Amino acid sequence: MTISFANALGIHESAMHVRGQRASILADNLANVDTPNYKAKDLDFKQVLSRATGSTKETFAVQVTNDRHLNAQGFDANPDMLYRVPHQPSIDGNTVEDQIEHAEYMKNALQFQASFTFLNSKFKGLTSALRGE
Amino acid sequence: MALGNIFDIAGSGMNAQSLRLNTTASNLANAQAASSSADQVYRNRQPVFAAIQEKAMGGALFGNPGMSDHTAGSGVEVLGIVESDAPLERRYEPSHPMADDEGYVFYPNVNVVEEMTNMISASRSFQMNVEVMNSAKQMVQRVLTLGQ
Repeated sequence: MTISFANALGIHESAMHVRGQRASILADNLANVDTPNYKAKDLDFKQVLSRATGSTKETFAVQVTNDRHLNAQGFDANPDMLYRVPHQPSIDGNTVEDQIEHAEYMKNALQFQASFTFLNSKFKGLTSALRGE
Repeated sequence: MALGNIFDIAGSGMNAQSLRLNTTASNLANAQAASSSADQVYRNRQPVFAAIQEKAMGGALFGNPGMSDHTAGSGVEVLGIVESDAPLERRYEPSHPMADDEGYVFYPNVNVVEEMTNMISASRSFQMNVEVMNSAKQMVQRVLTLGQ
């Protein structure tokens, strides 16, 4: 009977990590709002989280049908990084729409805090279980 | 840690925008700086922005191969400042002390309306980067209270 932290804390640890990554990507979009030819990026959050928690076994491996085929695994470094489709692209090729990015950033920050609250309550539950209160 | 990265990104954005404000201020200040020859006159200056691309770090986190770091980039940098090639303004003012032999004075190719637009755009983008940094700060401070 050992306490497994991975089971006790659940998805929230991974969720917080991916939220943090997404925040930095959205911040990068906002920093480049005036850069010519910059394309706004975003994470496919659901995909990243399901891969992080190991619930999908989806890898970008090449199918090998002959024993002389080369094994090319993970040739795509960032399969979850997608480009945002702009409603109204700028004339200089920049696809950052600052209001949309800002809204996404704020939403992401709130969801980060939600994940944090869940994680915190998990810890509180563990400590009260250890104290036997 | 991705959250610490946000401070660098928003900082680079603020730096680039304040440099853009500097060039705008310089252009507006020199908008009426007359000169007697075309090669001595002040020309409109504009910064060139470019996104800083970082190598994608495929490092596995927490020993979990699915958790690779998604680093989009790390902000914006100013590649340099270019002088505009737009035609200079050549006014006939024979009474002007800077007038050349034919009575012409050269004025800078600064478009004041364009510069005012640049100024508003730069200050708004600067403000947005400040707000991004503020909410990142709140997120980090919240993380530091974990388990309390």
